[in-house]
Amino acid sequence: MDFSSSLALVAPEIVLSLSGLALLLVAAWAGDGASRLISVLACVALGATFCMALPSVLQGASGADRIAFDGQFTADAFAGLAKLLIYLASIAALIVAPAFLERTGSMRAEYPVLVLFSALGMSIMASASDLLTLYIGLEMQSLSAYVLAAFLRSDGRSAEAGLKYFVLGALASGILLFGMSLTYGFAGTTSFAGIRASLGNGLSTGALFGLVFVLAGLAFKISAVPFHMWTPDVYEGAPTPVTAFFASAPKVAAIALTARVALEAFGGVADAWRQIVVFAALASIIVGALGAIGQANIKRLLAYSSINNVGFVLIGLACGTAAGASAMLVYLAIYVPMTIAGFVAVLMLRDADGDPIEAVADLAGLSRTHPGVAWCLMIVMFSLAGIPPMFGFWGKFVVFQAAVEADLLVLAAVGVASSVIGAFYYIKIVKLMFFDEPGQSGAGVIQRDSDSAHWALLALCTVLISPLGFLATGWLGTLADQAAAALFLVA
Amino acid sequence: MEGFPILSLMLLVPLLGAIACLFVDGRTARTVALAATLIDLVLGIVLWASFDIGGAQWQFTERAGVFSGFGWALGIDGIALMLIVLSVFLMPICILASASINKRVGEYMAAFLFMETLMIGVFAAQDIFLFYIFFEAGLIPMYLIIGIWGGDNRIYASYKFFLYTLLGSLLMLVAMLWMANEAGTSDIPTLMAYDFPPAAQTWLFLAFFASFAVKMPMWPVHTWLPDAHVQAPTAGSVILAGVLLKMGGYGFIRFSLPMFPEGSAQLAWLVFALSMIAVVVTSLIALVQHDMKKLIAYSSVAHMAIVTMGLFAFNVQGLEGAMIVMLSHGLVSGALFLCVGVIYDRLHTREIARYGGLSINMPRYALFFLLFTMASIGLPGTSGFVGEFLSLAGIYQVSSWVSLVGTTGIILGAAYMLYLYRRVAYGEQRNADAAAMPDLSVREYVMLAPIAAAVLWMGVYPESFLAPMRQDIQLLDARISRAQPGSDARLAIGSANPAEAGTETEAAHGGAH
Repeated sequence: MDFSSSLALVAPEIVLSLSGLALLLVAAWAGDGASRLISVLACVALGATFCMALPSVLQGASGADRIAFDGQFTADAFAGLAKLLIYLASIAALIVAPAFLERTGSMRAEYPVLVLFSALGMSIMASASDLLTLYIGLEMQSLSAYVLAAFLRSDGRSAEAGLKYFVLGALASGILLFGMSLTYGFAGTTSFAGIRASLGNGLSTGALFGLVFVLAGLAFKISAVPFHMWTPDVYEGAPTPVTAFFASAPKVAAIALTARVALEAFGGVADAWRQIVVFAALASIIVGALGAIGQANIKRLLAYSSINNVGFVLIGLACGTAAGASAMLVYLAIYVPMTIAGFVAVLMLRDADGDPIEAVADLAGLSRTHPGVAWCLMIVMFSLAGIPPMFGFWGKFVVFQAAVEADLLVLAAVGVASSVIGAFYYIKIVKLMFFDEPGQSGAGVIQRDSDSAHWALLALCTVLISPLGFLATGWLGTLADQAAAALFLVA
Repeated sequence: MEGFPILSLMLLVPLLGAIACLFVDGRTARTVALAATLIDLVLGIVLWASFDIGGAQWQFTERAGVFSGFGWALGIDGIALMLIVLSVFLMPICILASASINKRVGEYMAAFLFMETLMIGVFAAQDIFLFYIFFEAGLIPMYLIIGIWGGDNRIYASYKFFLYTLLGSLLMLVAMLWMANEAGTSDIPTLMAYDFPPAAQTWLFLAFFASFAVKMPMWPVHTWLPDAHVQAPTAGSVILAGVLLKMGGYGFIRFSLPMFPEGSAQLAWLVFALSMIAVVVTSLIALVQHDMKKLIAYSSVAHMAIVTMGLFAFNVQGLEGAMIVMLSHGLVSGALFLCVGVIYDRLHTREIARYGGLSINMPRYALFFLLFTMASIGLPGTSGFVGEFLSLAGIYQVSSWVSLVGTTGIILGAAYMLYLYRRVAYGEQRNADAAAMPDLSVREYVMLAPIAAAVLWMGVYPESFLAPMRQDIQLLDARISRAQPGSDARLAIGSANPAEAGTETEAAHGGAH
């Protein structure tokens, strides 16, 4: 593989880094006044990279000619599909931010640049097929994310979220590095293919430790139980557009990365990690559901909901099959619009002073004061709960189908039964919005004209997760199957 | 009608109506809802009229591969036809019964129309996952109907309804996934002929049982029903009792019995035991109720227990009887809830003691109420008699004990229904406000008279309703007969005089105990 074709494979990442650098210069000279312009340009850059990644997904690209830089980087259909979701979620984060942050005068030109660099990191994560690439991508994403979490400099909660995220993220990176060094020590190589070949079908104790530490570090990044503690605090403290970003794009990237590490690097020893993943999946589903019940802050509630959702995705990983990997991708493709719609609806709600509403109780009677948002949020809630005919059901359906096909019946049954716990707090939100009268239990929401970009994004995401989404099951399934097959071809 | 997608059209009409209702004001929404349900009623009558009795098992089939993983597959047999006709028959009446709803009318009508789409979808689905989607989606409109327009304790009732039914159906989903994986198809007619390993059938049966028993509802998982019924608005109760409960029975007859005959036979004792307890216990509970809706709700549980007994009798009479009880109960309990609604709209209480002597000031109302009370008891000439007689006759062939206990349910049914009627319609006019209530209005006539006609029709000439189902029930009987559990009646067929063989066998049958 010559250098030029390697460069061609990393073209989206090159475009992202160059436009990130260029926009950073624009930001430095034009100042905060140009932040809207920079946001638009960043969206254009992300849109361009989206189009560049699209062909690999549509063709179901896989095999040796998609591997760049001697196995450091793989631009196959699996990475491609994850990248598409990442870019779209990043664009959404750019669209919602200006109107929200400008109210408090905290919109600065760095925001779109940071999102862009974060997207670059995630893009590298999704394509990483070497422990070193993995770490570079992960840190690139994380460092941008720490700054984004603390973006409201004057707000104590935001600063706290940034600090917490940084300290715990650094700890997780340390754990991950320790695991990687153990893995390298016992496998003698950092490339995923090499690790797989050298581990064969057995695992020495040292390599097992390496595997456990690598998975623990990654579990932190996807906020799977028991490494989920940071999630509610960070989600609550970070500005809502940033929270929407955290809950969507980095989740996709980290899950895609985890899938590649588990299925590609450690694919030969699936039995060694399956019980870890099964535990993390069930624990995430149950803790995510139980934790959400008592939450009074809607952002914390959605944080627990995202933990809960990660549990369902991990069920797909626990299968260790191509169908399982495909189910994960389908789940993520549905999860991203679902969670973005949820957060966008939240950030559209303001009280009489124009301050954003975050208390769950303030949603009371929303269907009277804000019917449009209430109906969208209801669809989101039923979709998150996995009630048909909302499209969220399909994500759970494919995941459980993969689990049943992989003969993990008990896992599927327990997972399914615990999703009833989750349904409780989702329908509680619906109850607040539709059954209660405005002002019954909280300050209530004041009707305000929201930004038209917010409305457009909310409407688009809601349509995607409404029953109309089922029309897309055909090609979504085909794309995900192709992408998952790419992951298993290397093995 | 061949090739014309009438079932899709029947699904589409209320769906479009529902969307339209969300965007118009209250008055228009009522008109739109009534128009949509009447169009569906006409389509339902066309469906019945053009159903070819004795023809192909599955008619009006539609197939479209627009989804991956499952197909848009519709089609009906006689059993589904009857239940669809019941649904579309009750819906316009429900819309008429909602005249007292005056808050958020548009959303209310939208929820009902959406519900109608889902009900028809459940009975018409020919793909197991499509069925599941329709089956489960019914939770959303029903949750909203109970929660927004219900009584004082509506929040508790709506949560209970939602979470109970969800837990049951999710276990069924895992079983469905396993079945589709094992058989390699999600097509219901194919699955109905597929022989699953008997060891797996037990588990599959239990998973489906978890869902259908809650939906049915069977004792001891029936406790959501009285709460939901009491708190739901009148039309909600009618739909709940009239159609939603039938989804459980339909599930047994469409899935549990033909797909897992061995599993059903193996666990028939469980169904019988729960049904026997339900008949006696819920009838006794109904006897001591002070709330009219609660009383009728408990009587529903008792009637549904007779349905489950009949279904698991594994013979034609039992199955036919169960179907007729379901249809009859759909009409009768719906009508009884309407009767309660009529006086609730006037006095705003369901307390039995607040009424009395209504036959004096509301004679026409009392007449209708009496007819439906008698139909609920199972008086010959009404629909209730046909169904209960057939079911119990079917059960008697399997177990005389079960039929004995089942029959006490009818006696107790007479007790609590007549006791209810006496307290409401006869006696002195204890309360001045109840005595001053006006008799039925034209709207209420229009609601009750068609149901009364249908009840009498089904009671006098049940053949109209049995004929479309006969062939399907015989096919089902042939399918499950291989697993038929032994009867406790030990027939001793002696060497009889050939000329009188018939009477001789009957005598032996009678004397076997």
